[in-house]
Amino acid sequence: MSAADFSVELGEQVHAAYAAGTPLSLRGHGTKQFCAPAAEGAALDTTAHRGIVTYEPTELVLTARAGTPLADIEAALAANQQMLGFEPPHFGAGATLGGTLACGLSGPRRPYAGAARDFVLGMQIVNGKGEILRFGGQVMKNVAGYDLSRLMVGSHGTLGLILEASFKVLPKPPQETTLRFEMPADEAIHKMNVWAGQPLPVSAICHAADTLYVRLSGAGTAVRAARLKLGGDMVDQGDDFWRALREHDHAFFRNDAPLWRLSVPSATPMLGLSGTWLLDWGGAQRWLHTSASAAEVARAAQQAGGHAQLFRQRYQVGTSYPPESTIAQLQQRLKQAFDPGAILNRSPRDAAGQVTATRAGVAQVLR
Amino acid sequence: MNNVAPLSTDRPAWRDPLVRALRAVLPPTSLLTEAEDMRPYECDGLSAYRRLPGLVALPENIEQAQQVLRRCAGLKVPVVTRGAGTGLSGGALPLENGLLLSLAKLNRTLEIDPLNRTATVQPGVRNLAISEAAAAHGLYYAPDPSSQIACSIGGNVAENAGGVHCLKYGLTVHNVLGIKFLTFDGELVTLGGKLLDSPGYDLLALFTGSEGMLGVIVEVTVKLLPKPERAQVLLASYDDLEKAGAAVAAIIAAGIIPGGLEMMDNLAIRAAEDYVHAGYPVDAAAILLCELDGTNEEVSESLMRARELLLASGATDIRTARDEAERLRFWAGRKNAFPAVGRLAPDYYCMDGTIPRKRLPEVLRRIAEMSRDFGLQVANVFHAGDGNLHPLILYDANKPGELERTEELGGRILELCVQVGGTITGEHGVGVEKINQMCVQFRPAELEQFHAVKRVFDPQELLNPGKAVPTLHRCAEFGRMHVHGGQLPFPELERF
Repeated sequence: MSAADFSVELGEQVHAAYAAGTPLSLRGHGTKQFCAPAAEGAALDTTAHRGIVTYEPTELVLTARAGTPLADIEAALAANQQMLGFEPPHFGAGATLGGTLACGLSGPRRPYAGAARDFVLGMQIVNGKGEILRFGGQVMKNVAGYDLSRLMVGSHGTLGLILEASFKVLPKPPQETTLRFEMPADEAIHKMNVWAGQPLPVSAICHAADTLYVRLSGAGTAVRAARLKLGGDMVDQGDDFWRALREHDHAFFRNDAPLWRLSVPSATPMLGLSGTWLLDWGGAQRWLHTSASAAEVARAAQQAGGHAQLFRQRYQVGTSYPPESTIAQLQQRLKQAFDPGAILNRSPRDAAGQVTATRAGVAQVLR
Repeated sequence: MNNVAPLSTDRPAWRDPLVRALRAVLPPTSLLTEAEDMRPYECDGLSAYRRLPGLVALPENIEQAQQVLRRCAGLKVPVVTRGAGTGLSGGALPLENGLLLSLAKLNRTLEIDPLNRTATVQPGVRNLAISEAAAAHGLYYAPDPSSQIACSIGGNVAENAGGVHCLKYGLTVHNVLGIKFLTFDGELVTLGGKLLDSPGYDLLALFTGSEGMLGVIVEVTVKLLPKPERAQVLLASYDDLEKAGAAVAAIIAAGIIPGGLEMMDNLAIRAAEDYVHAGYPVDAAAILLCELDGTNEEVSESLMRARELLLASGATDIRTARDEAERLRFWAGRKNAFPAVGRLAPDYYCMDGTIPRKRLPEVLRRIAEMSRDFGLQVANVFHAGDGNLHPLILYDANKPGELERTEELGGRILELCVQVGGTITGEHGVGVEKINQMCVQFRPAELEQFHAVKRVFDPQELLNPGKAVPTLHRCAEFGRMHVHGGQLPFPELERF
């Protein structure tokens, strides 16, 4: 399908819904529906609003419409030896830029290169009143006005509909090598953090099934020197390993038990929760299959100075555990400041009007 | 014009009750009430704007800061927060009818965690002091604004400060992991921590660069990076600015991300050379400073390629710093460019626009034309890697009308930046200085969205009121507005 600009139409649809007080469920290609509970209301499809608007390899900036397939963007970048620094998961064919940013998901390179929100330079959005707004721009440094484009990242479409985003891209490293070491988790946690504190060209570190994996990226000579320094065994098809990890195709994820995501300080020792673990992001993002209760998992994460999120269940979608009360209040009021009619991706509720699940960890208040 | 009119000479009714209330909760040295004591607080780094605050409070801990805010909120007294006072946009300009809250006494480093690679510090800790405290572990804090020996981390977060290493290592927003802030009425809120994300909306990103409008930052946790094994700098001379601009594009296109990539024009080169004797070629039209850092091997490989690219782009001379002392001298010229240019005239005014890099030759040409039209000299210092331009306008505040002409020229330069697809401020913030130009960069609905966000955190608009985001009325009075689709915004408002 060719590029097409439907920003005016999308703005009008949101405006009409605002005027009528009817909720809208924002939808790209639907690859990440498991990340959040289904929203109420009629679907608003963004996939026709697509195409790369500008791409300047020498400026390291790309601007594209929300419905643009991530794969198209990655192909355009690859043709210029560039890439998305946050290495986003697709979670299925057809993943769009809008959905990727709305979910705010980042892949294995995140601790070393940055998260989705770190690469966003500017956005055009439609707020809950149907107003088309632009924040940020196409330049690397911009502190005019509040940083509302980064705020959109990870907000699950509850603050606004992303129409278009500009983001920084990175040159592809000339060489990448993956090393593996047999090692128990506790020793691996220590190693990952020691290495991350040394001037090594590390771009991903993960521990799964008693094996520590390290990816080195950079100039050929630098990767070679680091490999000699670290030792370990070379992994053939290292790219496949990181892709499988990023897309949750790795053997660890083939498990019917609920999947938890814990975000903790990277050097946190192994937590005393039963189940199987996979440690990514050099220890800062930990995946856990467990039958432990939500309260147990949340408490363990909090005690470590982090938080937990039920990412995926076999027959249920994930839930974020809402943060403490003042922050929750501020978040609710932010929601109202962008979407006063509470029409965008409204959380599902039961017959008594109680919210049964939240998006972006934010319980929404109806008008 | 950004007039800073005195609000009133009468003592406001809240003053005596507030002084009594604050004396009960603050040590005697933490409350300034006399004009002579408050004089040092009348301006920040943008000294063209001065105003004596109604009162100055200098709490020694979070609890005292909470007490100050609670009492101010109770009496509806506006509060302006101040760190080291090095800001360049008047963001910490006090209010005569308000309290100035200085966080300078909150200056302790609370924790360096070498394994998690984080530093947790109070807001008054200086930027450079963090790197100094982390140095024993081979770690450092990456963002390095030119004022890093003096500026404090609380102000860095409030302004989303940059520096010369942004292209590779990011701005403050990319290097802060957590903050504690006080709401306008003194409630303590924690965002993030030693971890990479938090549930819900990204309030940490929203807070970074919010210019003291949303809350008072009382603690900051930053990410520390391993010190690069090696850093080496190339100094390339050009007889033509456009060639230097093309060289920057060529380096980026080749997949090299330099740690720093800076450009200076002839006036800035001569001023810096005269001031710090950096060894700059004083007859060059432009110089590029290209710093490559990383592992030994990475730096060797990139140096070779960068040198070839610079030669191919028409550099008349390329020098590699022979040793660490020469590398630091090359940088000293750049880092002291502002005061160096300041010696050429009684006063100088530093602008901070960002533009898409490819528009640089055109923008510099038009700045030169405007400089001639206004009869004011302009030196250009440029974070070339990320498109952040710092034109320095030379003027004499004692000549009647010259400051006003300078502000007018500065405003025109910023509007030019917006026209070519850039922004009015890359790293210094809007403050009071660029508030009119916000009307050029944003449309009314966008400004209204900013105001709505402000009210979420500060419903009574007591924190730094009047800064950062203009009212629609102010934009109508200013008269130069974002014109969209040929339609003037606010047709309903009277023009002045």
